[in-house]
Amino acid sequence: MTIKKKPSGPALITLQKVEKHYGDYHALRDINLEIGQGEFFSLLGPSGCGKTTLLRTIAGFEDYDSGYVMISSKDMRGVPANKRPTNMVFQSYAIFPHLTVLQNVAFGLRKSAMSKAEKTKAAEDALEMVGLKGYGHRAAHALSGGQRQRVALARALVLKPKVLLLDEPLSALDRKMREQMQVELIKLQREVGITFILVTHDQEEALVMSDRIAVMFEGEIVQCDDPEVLYRKPKSKRVADFIGVMNFLPATVREEGGKYIASVAGLGETEITGEQCPAGVPLGEATVGFRPETLTLLYEGQTATHREAPATIEEVVYYGDMTYYDVKFEGVDKPVRISMRNIFGRDVLDVGAPARVSWSPGALVVFGAGE
Amino acid sequence: MTFGDKMRRFFRSEQGVGMMLVSPTALYALLLLAVPLVAIFVISFWTQTGVRDFDTTFTLANYKEALTDPLYRQLMLRSLMVSGLVTLITVVLAFPIAYFVSFGVKPEHKSLWIFLITIPFWTSYLIRVFLWKVILGYNGVLNSGLLAVGAIDEPLSFILYNVNAVIITLAHAYAPFAILPIFVALEKIDRSLLEASRDLGESRTMTFLRVTLPLAAPGVVAAVLIVFIPTIGDYVTPRLVGGPGGLMIANMIQTQFLRLNNAPLGATLAVLAMLIVAVIAIVFMLLGNKAAGGNTGGRRK
Ligand SMILES: Nc1ncnc2c1ncn2[C@@H]1O[C@H](COP(=O)(O)OP(=O)(O)OP(=O)(O)O)[C@@H](O)[C@H]1O
Ligand SMILES: [Mg+2]
Repeated sequence: MTIKKKPSGPALITLQKVEKHYGDYHALRDINLEIGQGEFFSLLGPSGCGKTTLLRTIAGFEDYDSGYVMISSKDMRGVPANKRPTNMVFQSYAIFPHLTVLQNVAFGLRKSAMSKAEKTKAAEDALEMVGLKGYGHRAAHALSGGQRQRVALARALVLKPKVLLLDEPLSALDRKMREQMQVELIKLQREVGITFILVTHDQEEALVMSDRIAVMFEGEIVQCDDPEVLYRKPKSKRVADFIGVMNFLPATVREEGGKYIASVAGLGETEITGEQCPAGVPLGEATVGFRPETLTLLYEGQTATHREAPATIEEVVYYGDMTYYDVKFEGVDKPVRISMRNIFGRDVLDVGAPARVSWSPGALVVFGAGE
Repeated sequence: MTFGDKMRRFFRSEQGVGMMLVSPTALYALLLLAVPLVAIFVISFWTQTGVRDFDTTFTLANYKEALTDPLYRQLMLRSLMVSGLVTLITVVLAFPIAYFVSFGVKPEHKSLWIFLITIPFWTSYLIRVFLWKVILGYNGVLNSGLLAVGAIDEPLSFILYNVNAVIITLAHAYAPFAILPIFVALEKIDRSLLEASRDLGESRTMTFLRVTLPLAAPGVVAAVLIVFIPTIGDYVTPRLVGGPGGLMIANMIQTQFLRLNNAPLGATLAVLAMLIVAVIAIVFMLLGNKAAGGNTGGRRK
């Protein structure tokens, strides 16, 4: 996963206290967002959480009950989609079937002051940018899914919008194509410097592509951070569970002489810092979480760098480059997952074998028991 | 492999099943459509010599007569004019209705609306024509209504037993036929295309002109053909509400066959009428295809 840091410009899009209902259904709850100039921003969440609704609200296709949507400090209430400095790549691409590829790309240029030849040139340049040079005369319905998606991109980019809105643009593509397009999109975004807002339910895609990610559940933004923070310091168990895999163990936390001590089932007692508790230190009942790659299984003769805990291997899943082990710590019913890179010379361990697990107190994230 | 095996295999194959499925219809069409058509075509080159006797030597005399006699030409032109106007009126009025049902009605109420549109079909066509007679007649609903409110001093006479009455009656009768194909074409339009057009900066009106209308073109063409083709050959309506000045080519064909006992000339007029309709229909289909960017066929999802 690439993590790239870019200084993001001043806020281009501001959402304040946006609320929306579909009848009785509360689709958007108190949405507050600031998205910077040139930022690659993602909206991530499970199906039905309101990502598309939020994107369409920004695009001007959806009314909202209250709150403000501002683009370049201008209130967008009552401004129709055709008057907003945004363009959208629809989930279904929405390529006009009665027009050629070039006509599709040039669709939005009708009112521009350019001459006919300049418009054609601009459309052809946009096609070249998305790697579809020479496809202009093709009928729109004679394109593959990936090509349609590029046409949709070119059609939006040719208008040089301030904001490009993308609604799960890659979900219809196969895995290989998707990964390729992810890289191309990132490159393109850097090249044109336009603010991208991407909707996705694929956490990996969001982590790979975004400068910042807003995680949505049930119409609410529960956390908005850059990918690394989101992965390392999720604010709730739910976010932790949604982004990658996280193991959870029950624990109790107490304060002793200005320090916090967590007593974790299967791992024993350890000191934790306030840093490790993204939602505040939960004294008393708590849950401790850790990513599979922060633990390692110790082989004969190896010693733990920090701490060691005895366990039993319950399940082995071999992935070629990686092996996943489900191991049970002593006194814990639920197995936890450990991922090990299959470096040369490292054998795959057997199911049922006793194992020693090396872990670091610093890798733990502590949540309240109920969150 | 025996013949029986071959037959069995054929009937199980997809092609065989398809043949069996279409064969009743195909037979029916062959017997009741193709055979009479060929007969008409053949007869048009004969000469009638008696009540049931024909001179079967090949002659183009009928065609010469049909194409030169001003009476036939006038009837043909009137038929074209009437069905052209009926088509225009019907399609122009049907489009907004179809548009409204497709875009303005909640999805769950659409089938109810379509159901309501088909209600006129619940009564026979003849009864509907007679109804128009009652409405448009000298002492009809329209005239007495207008008289009662004082809008006119004496009954209007230009609304029955002339071409106008034929046009009004036919336009009413064919409205549902025009609404349905346009409605289907509008329903097929992916709504995100309209949003995409708005998103790309076009207003509602321009979106309608640049996206909705071209994509609805196949439906409009279908509606035009569905109304135009049968109305040009209609003879019941002109007979009942048209009066002498509202007669059309089909009435003349009927007269030639049944009254004047000149079946070959009637057949000739029929062949010519079919040719004209065919040419116009083909031109329209090509136009529609062009409007839809050659995409009337399978659209990939
Ligand atoms: N027009 C509508 N009328 C009523 N409810 C709607 C409407 N559009 C969306 N919803 C509801 O609002 C919620 C959010 O929908 P939305 O399309 O924003 O989800 P999403 O996060 O984009 O999901 P997905 O990943 O499946 O596309 C859903 O529960 C949906 O059922
Ligand atoms: Mg969605």
